[in-house]
Amino acid sequence: MLTEFATVLVFIVLGAVTVTLMLFVSRLLQPRNPTPVKLSTYECGEVPFGSSWVQFNIRFYVIALIFIIFDVEVALLYPWAVVFQKLGLLAFVEAFIFIVILLAGLAYLWKEGDLDWVRTMQEAPARKGEK
Amino acid sequence: MTGPADIIFYLLAAMTVGAAILVAILPNIVYSAIALLFSFAGVAGLYVYLSADFLAATQVLIYVGGILILILFAVFLSNRISDVKISNPSRFHWQAAFICLGLFGILSYTAVSTAFPVKAVLSYQPTTSEIGELLMTRYLLPFEVASVLLLAALIGAAMLSRPDGGRGRPAEMEEPKR
Repeated sequence: MLTEFATVLVFIVLGAVTVTLMLFVSRLLQPRNPTPVKLSTYECGEVPFGSSWVQFNIRFYVIALIFIIFDVEVALLYPWAVVFQKLGLLAFVEAFIFIVILLAGLAYLWKEGDLDWVRTMQEAPARKGEK
Repeated sequence: MTGPADIIFYLLAAMTVGAAILVAILPNIVYSAIALLFSFAGVAGLYVYLSADFLAATQVLIYVGGILILILFAVFLSNRISDVKISNPSRFHWQAAFICLGLFGILSYTAVSTAFPVKAVLSYQPTTSEIGELLMTRYLLPFEVASVLLLAALIGAAMLSRPDGGRGRPAEMEEPKR
């Protein structure tokens, strides 16, 4: 097992070295002739305006929180996936219950519109069961 | 005994602790978050040395890939983001030193006095299937309860993020003011 993780370490080190080396070589070889236009932030060809330190939409945070919850769910399902062929139907049912409990939460959020990115609900007629 | 494995262990430990110190002392909170990445990654490496491969992978998956992003989002979401004072100033030096020294004393006493079960020969075996079997049989109830806990966190996160402290509708969430 340690040998396999040594491979991971070699990969990390190689990645770090490659990036550093490429930046270094590019710094070494590049002709330097900066103008204000060249130094401006590239924003898909548009002229950038304002500071990049703007407040983000709170929805990013909700999505990130929901992502983490399902991240943890998947992490808990990994050990199950390794052994479920050995344990058979019982393990399948157990994991099914586990997933269904969380799916209920996802369905609730979906129904309540927490996942809606575009604010189309405002002009839409009142939903069922709501005045 | 010293070998390449030991040297890498000490490097990893130094990286974990050094990055943790940087998190505490760096003035810019975004730099702190990036330093936290290295600390989390170092902890994952230490898990590998504890022969906890599943835990190491989970550490990378959840802490590096999830919690850290959440922390960065929390920084970017702050409505005082353009305020220069967002950088964390150092305050309460003496009180903090007192509390930290006390905590250090308790932790080091516990670490020294606890009789940890030490294996004579360390064998690095994959643990995932063992964890899976235990989760499906002996620890089945905690496994399912974890699902309910995640459900509660899911609903709670959504409720808290709604306007008016959870009473408003999600559609009324306001766009941030520029």
